[in-house]
Amino acid sequence: MSHEKLTRMANQIASFFATQPGSDQAQRVAEHLKDFWGPEMRDELKAHAAADDSDLSPLVRDAILLI
Amino acid sequence: MKDFVIPDDRDMGTPAKVGAAVTLSVDGFDVTVPEGTSVMRAAAEIGLKIPKLCATDSVDAFGSCRLCVVEIEGRRGTPASCTTPVMEGMVVRTQSSKVKKIRNGVMELYISDHPLDCLTCAANGDCELQDMAGAVGLRDVRYIAPQAGGLANHFEPRSGAEANPEWMAKDESNPYFTYDPAKCIVCSRCVRACEEVQGTFALTIEGRGFDSRVSAGGPLDDFLGSDCVSCGACVQACPTGTLQEKSVIELGTPERSVITTCAYCGVGCSFKAEMNGDELVRMVPYKHGEANRGHSCVKGRFAYGYATHQDRILKPMIRDSIDQPWKEVSWEEAIGFAAARMRGLQEKYGRKSIGVITSSRCTNEETYLVQKLARGVFMNNNTDTCARVCHSPTGYGLGQTFGTSAGTQNFDSVQYTDVAVIIGANPTDGHPVFASRLKKRLRQGAKLIVIDPRRTDIVRSAHIEASYHLPLRPGTNVAVVSALAHVIVDEALFDETFIRERCDWDEFTEYAEFIKDVRHSPEMTEILTGVPAEDLRKAARLYATGGNGSIYYGLGVTEHSQGSTTVMAIANLAMLTGNLGREGVGVNPLRGQNNVQGACDMGSFPHELPGYRHVKGEEVRSIFEDLWGVKIDPEPGLRIPNMLDAAVGGSFKGLYCQGEDILQSDPDTHHVAAGLAAMECVIVHDLFLNETANYAHVFLPGSTFLEKNGTFTNAERRINRVRKVMQPKNGYEDWEVTQLLAKAMGADWQYTHPTQIMDEIAATTPGFANVNYAMLEERGSVQWPCNDAAPEGSPIMHVDGFVRGKGRFIVTEYIATDERTGPRFPLLLTTGRILSQYNVGAQTRRTENTVWHAEDVLEVHPHDAEVRGIKEGDWVKLASRAGETSLRATLTDRVVPGVVYTTFHHPDTQANVITTDFSDWATNCPEYKVTAVQVGLSNGPTEWQREYNEQAQQSRRILPAAE
Ligand code: SF4
Ligand code: SF4
Ligand code: SF4
Ligand code: FES
Repeated sequence: MSHEKLTRMANQIASFFATQPGSDQAQRVAEHLKDFWGPEMRDELKAHAAADDSDLSPLVRDAILLI
Repeated sequence: MKDFVIPDDRDMGTPAKVGAAVTLSVDGFDVTVPEGTSVMRAAAEIGLKIPKLCATDSVDAFGSCRLCVVEIEGRRGTPASCTTPVMEGMVVRTQSSKVKKIRNGVMELYISDHPLDCLTCAANGDCELQDMAGAVGLRDVRYIAPQAGGLANHFEPRSGAEANPEWMAKDESNPYFTYDPAKCIVCSRCVRACEEVQGTFALTIEGRGFDSRVSAGGPLDDFLGSDCVSCGACVQACPTGTLQEKSVIELGTPERSVITTCAYCGVGCSFKAEMNGDELVRMVPYKHGEANRGHSCVKGRFAYGYATHQDRILKPMIRDSIDQPWKEVSWEEAIGFAAARMRGLQEKYGRKSIGVITSSRCTNEETYLVQKLARGVFMNNNTDTCARVCHSPTGYGLGQTFGTSAGTQNFDSVQYTDVAVIIGANPTDGHPVFASRLKKRLRQGAKLIVIDPRRTDIVRSAHIEASYHLPLRPGTNVAVVSALAHVIVDEALFDETFIRERCDWDEFTEYAEFIKDVRHSPEMTEILTGVPAEDLRKAARLYATGGNGSIYYGLGVTEHSQGSTTVMAIANLAMLTGNLGREGVGVNPLRGQNNVQGACDMGSFPHELPGYRHVKGEEVRSIFEDLWGVKIDPEPGLRIPNMLDAAVGGSFKGLYCQGEDILQSDPDTHHVAAGLAAMECVIVHDLFLNETANYAHVFLPGSTFLEKNGTFTNAERRINRVRKVMQPKNGYEDWEVTQLLAKAMGADWQYTHPTQIMDEIAATTPGFANVNYAMLEERGSVQWPCNDAAPEGSPIMHVDGFVRGKGRFIVTEYIATDERTGPRFPLLLTTGRILSQYNVGAQTRRTENTVWHAEDVLEVHPHDAEVRGIKEGDWVKLASRAGETSLRATLTDRVVPGVVYTTFHHPDTQANVITTDFSDWATNCPEYKVTAVQVGLSNGPTEWQREYNEQAQQSRRILPAAE
């Protein structure tokens, strides 16, 4: 899958959890990714982040560490 | 297995009532009925048929024919039993020489102005006038025409030598029924049915006395040109052959009937399929159907002709590659070919390289088997359903807030609502029978708020006017719904007791803090949403304080990048105002296709096993693992858009697609086409060579809902039986086809009837625990959850508490979609559907329904049209960053300036060439409802449309069968 798409989707998820109260937003982004994305998509995202995470929102970067 | 029930649907004469018990005596028998019941109905309750013509139990009595007169002790004269309410202790006599004489006189008059061609009349044997003539013992008619001139009448084309001025030709303009004025007895049942049952008010009685006639109005005074929406309610109500189905005229009166369920929309209407042998003569809405209560719309009632359409493919076909023509083969060969290819792909590219798409049009049992095929035979979770592209945000949003993915009410609940809020749904077109029931309630005084970019029909129609229509800019749903919540919290209109009892109070306070912020106020959001703040405030007050408030929403809510957030915002509104857990309130997703609810329930989603249980749960997996004897993958599989992406990327290679046309229905057609083209085995299982089949290697012919057994679950969670009324023309019911494929791939499945599949569902899925066919046979239908905790099923959910325990308020911040207008694409396109067509139109386009909608058109505001030089009916090009197409424009102020609208029923238009791959953040439900576009004049189909048609033509070639 193209990273633009993957990145957009991940950032979109993060944009929702970023608005939620509490301090566990990164945790919840990670949960969401684990619940709804297959492992291949998560791996792709991780690989992309490892190469260049500049287009990922900070919350996604934090979440990636948790998955 | 007994698949037939003999319906008891006697006409009781007048509608049922509820009220205190009243006991009276009719012909010496005591009978107890609710207060307000008519004497006629009371008599019918104990099996006494009082002759009648102008009364029928679908409409209020009118008392015009005087055939139903009776004698009542202590009363003078002979009151009409249909308009006389029962009284305690009343003593009624339905027969006496006096009433006999009156009835005889009445019938004599009617018959004197009625043609006596009973033997050749299409209604012969199904005519109440005929029955009544018999019942009252009419033997001769004393009015005789003089030799020279005729007696004034309505039925003879000529009177003596002259043309009879009273005679009118048959109106055959409607494709499905005729109106023959010569046979009309002016009982007005049709007029009342159109008003009371359908709510369209298309018919009137014109003139008085002898001159009175039924009139459809409109310029030509014919049915097709009138406001008539062809629901058939008047045909149903007509006691004579005046309004008559053309199919009955052609095929004769039916001799048996089978109760089944409409396969079109999520209302899930019950029908009697009336048959002659194995030929379907007509579909008649079933009075005891609890979703529709005897009503129907044009689709279910009349648009079943696709089942026998010549385009239907009845033989399996295969080909090596999609540039070849199709080759017709035996079932064995097709299944063998498909199984070998799929297994081959898995060997070559891995276990996860193939998947399935289940259908929201097929039965629960079929859907269950298809996901079982993925999980238990393909050994992966690559299963998804087209519900992905419509209601997946409902699943997520309601699951998060209430704990389960389903509407909270039954349809009957609308009878008790005081304020109905419709958000992003167009019920008169999309869910017509529900709309009729809602309109009935609105005419009784309930209030209506409509939140929609477009002025839909329900905003203003006969005897109905919404209190508020909030015409929001597409894509700003969250801002509008949050602003409603802001007003409710800000003005302290919330229901504190309810919230304290039923919801998590801490979450509420957090939420209240959030929503109180002035950035959510209608005044601040107005500039963004285009909704006048004053109207929005008033609407919020009305919903919060107007009594029972109910919310009905549709795809205008879900198909957005913030679809799931909007669903949660709606749930917040209902919890804030305590509008949950009883009749007349609730949160109700209006599901598009007939079995969207069922497809979701049955575990079609890649992350969920049946019953909305995540695959990561070991206890859940083990239930299925023990039963199926396999290991289930604990990781979620691919969703439809992910499958397509993976296909383009080269890792996804094979797809079994049952009853869906993803190429036409999914967004960004170019991308879908690229994904399909990259696969090495696409198996399409459908009735027709649909658009997706252009890219398929195996075509497995499907069976229609008339040809199989199973169940559908409608939008109110009602499990309705689908019954086989004829043998499958393709040879197999769809569940059998899936089983053949599974077996060819090594599975040991031994189902012989869908009842066994339902038993397996019940055994594995708690909400279905007590559901079985025997029970459905007895009860007709049941709403899940149906288990030991709710043995009778659950008409209303969350009655004493939420499924998840405490209701959860969730903060819903508005985040603008990335899809924005700009100089290149300055307009917003939103999409929808219309009454006579269904979804991608594969079925309805193959019926006479096309008289109402021959092509998709683009609605443009006159202002936007003028600056572009567009006139009514011009060909225009519609372009977005994803692609372009062309279609005809129509000018209307239903849409506001800046917004254009079209439907997506026709493959020639391919509205989805335009829609983009943006999607809901939580579920990837595509953002169909917002696309930035430009519109300009064009001179016909675009390059893409031409190329597409060529490719389709090429791809649809079928080799003549080998001798
Ligand atoms: S078919 Fe329906 S809408 Fe048309 S006239 Fe009859 S009742 Fe009215
Ligand atoms: S068309 Fe039928 S229902 Fe209508 S007034 Fe005539 S007889 Fe009655
Ligand atoms: S399409 Fe919907 S409303 Fe119309 S008859 Fe079928 S289920 Fe009922
Ligand atoms: S049936 Fe009662 S007056 Fe016609």
